Amino acid sequence: MNQGLSRELIALRASKELHDGMYVNLGIGLPTLVSNFIDDLDITLQSENGILGYGNILEKDFDPDFINAGGQPVEILPEASFFNSAESFAMIRGGHIDVAILGGLQVAANGDLANWFVPERGGGSIGGAMDIAVGAKRLIITMAHTTKDGKPRILDRCLYPLTAETCVDLIITDLAVIEIVDNQLILLETAPGITVDEVLSLTEADMIIGTSIREMSL
Amino acid sequence: MVVEIFSNSKQAISVVNSNSSIMFGGFVSAGSPSNLIIALHNDGIQNLTAIANNIGLGDKLDMLCEHKQIAKVIATFAIRASGDRKSNFEEQYHRGEVELELIPQGTFAERIRAGGAGIGGFLTPTGVGTVVAENKEVIRHNEKDYLLELPLRADFAFIKAYKADKLGNLIYRGASKNFNEIMATAADCVIAEVEEIVEVGELEPDRIDTPGIFIDRLVQCKPIEIRWTS
Repeated sequence: MNQGLSRELIALRASKELHDGMYVNLGIGLPTLVSNFIDDLDITLQSENGILGYGNILEKDFDPDFINAGGQPVEILPEASFFNSAESFAMIRGGHIDVAILGGLQVAANGDLANWFVPERGGGSIGGAMDIAVGAKRLIITMAHTTKDGKPRILDRCLYPLTAETCVDLIITDLAVIEIVDNQLILLETAPGITVDEVLSLTEADMIIGTSIREMSL
Repeated sequence: MVVEIFSNSKQAISVVNSNSSIMFGGFVSAGSPSNLIIALHNDGIQNLTAIANNIGLGDKLDMLCEHKQIAKVIATFAIRASGDRKSNFEEQYHRGEVELELIPQGTFAERIRAGGAGIGGFLTPTGVGTVVAENKEVIRHNEKDYLLELPLRADFAFIKAYKADKLGNLIYRGASKNFNEIMATAADCVIAEVEEIVEVGELEPDRIDTPGIFIDRLVQCKPIEIRWTS
């Protein structure tokens, strides 16, 4: 079969869900890459370690006090503010974040998310994921459609320990864009060169084909 | 109690005994009280409960595992799901030599805030339907499920600020308020490491982040730069 999207292209597709005026939290890993594609948008990025209004990730001039939640040095924009972790999670849990983009390990058809613990490795940490999943107004998961050995990650039920129940609104993978509405997966878009049948065969859970299904525009 | 000022971190932490619970402020490189942690490492006291956002991400806290000074860690980020390098803490954890209580970060922050503010507990939707809910009371309110979470306090808090005046009023720099500002309220004895101590009146009252009432012991130290290692 054809190759799906690279991590960068998944991030690019995810960036198209963001609009002017939004407050956005980007998770560690793939979602961080989304910040490379939002220069033309008037978006305020929140990082749970206590920054609102950061910009690009800096390659040099490391300052230990100016980092994002992934520990990366970031540009502090003129509109930035700093705050403690209780206030940060008041923003997150209190419903003040318009969109959060997180990585995923497994998503279930009902919107359950598992993204913090890998049983095979006996490892994982919660960090801010559980609060962000519960608190963001809209939660987008970016992830590989299958495991490295080709097993589905979009399942009838998550097998890994949950991050939060029924929290996912949209899944963007290397193969497809899938919306979750009322415990139902709806296939909206396929990646260039990927067929609907390919997506269905690599997805365990049942899925409705969206009435206006199309190829992703990147 | 008026704040006591010490000339080095060894003296600043001399009140800490084995079997203590200690909160450590900081989030990876920002606002970690590394000088105080190194003093604790050199002191060698044992059987500590460490309460910190993270351990083993380039922080000095992981040094306390070199001589097994920590018996229990309460954290939000301690074990990696990927990556080859393991911290001292992770190796000890996988050998069953140290206990870990993993808490969602927002719940961790709010439990500390509650502990410092005299609040007896709170209801949060975070963790409902997950392993975090095990052995916790679920309370349904306005057709939504919440977990009852209880306050968190410690014997000591080690925090790092940018500047202090001689009465312990503190200001932070950049993203280093994180857990420092709330942990300063939630321990019986709060020890602050700062980059500079100035005279009373030199810090603007409008700009004080942590009022001196929360601070017991103060020491000026050259900051130690740490970086995330994954």
